[in-house]
Amino acid sequence: MEQFTPISATLGGLLIGLAAAGLLLFNGRIAGISGILGGLLDLPRGDMSWRGAFIAGLLAGGLLLLWFYPQALAPSLDGSFVTYAIAGLLVGYGSRLGSGCTSGHGVCGIARLSPRSLAAVAVFMASAMLTVFAMRHLS
Amino acid sequence: MKTALAAFLLGLLFALGLGIAGMTQPAKIIAFLDVTGDWDPSLLLVMASATLVYFLSYRRITKRRAPLLAEKFSLPTARRLDARLLAGSALFGIGWGLSGYCPGPALVALPGLLPNTLVFVVSMLTGMILFKLSEKWLTMAQNKVIS
Repeated sequence: MEQFTPISATLGGLLIGLAAAGLLLFNGRIAGISGILGGLLDLPRGDMSWRGAFIAGLLAGGLLLLWFYPQALAPSLDGSFVTYAIAGLLVGYGSRLGSGCTSGHGVCGIARLSPRSLAAVAVFMASAMLTVFAMRHLS
Repeated sequence: MKTALAAFLLGLLFALGLGIAGMTQPAKIIAFLDVTGDWDPSLLLVMASATLVYFLSYRRITKRRAPLLAEKFSLPTARRLDARLLAGSALFGIGWGLSGYCPGPALVALPGLLPNTLVFVVSMLTGMILFKLSEKWLTMAQNKVIS
């Protein structure tokens, strides 16, 4: 447990919660990244501008981190291109089929006490933990 | 214009939160998911604090007649626990476990230009497009059967 970082984790989580609550208060939208990004691929629809702006904000935030807190984006894990390509496909397809990911189901859905989101989080946590177990301890 | 500006700034805040929380470091995510190894519970605190803030704000905000910059709230309406929800979440979890990336953190990490991040984001977008196409084919096939 030496990597445990309770203060930055809690602070970061508060900011994530505030940003998600802000998107509900100002734009009336759920902060689910896979849904926002997936909707952007659904051309043409009327609500492209806020979706595009939110994604641009995520990228701009990444740039700020790169300048002021580069540790956040430093290489942290080895893994082959093939693994990351397969993982990307599964995350993209799976999050759309399951109508959400860690943000929409995880943060917003759990806080809204949505039974669908609670089930989704239980399933993806279990499958992610099993995947890591298989990779780390069985191979 | 105002809606886009608000969305941009909130996306930026969201990204800073993910970065500070450690969510943009795949090793940290894997260490959380590795419950039988050297477990790192940090992500639990990220989710707990984010969820708590959202839980406390949600009811207050949705009591309003409308959001500040939009005509109405757009909230999920689906209720059923169906096979799509469960199968999609299971696939998503496998990808998350393989890489340590979920959609938000992967986009935030993109400006770091790490090869694995680029590969992941391109495949993630491909996966989302494949989903769209498969939906289209499915409805076309169903319409054919009916007619």
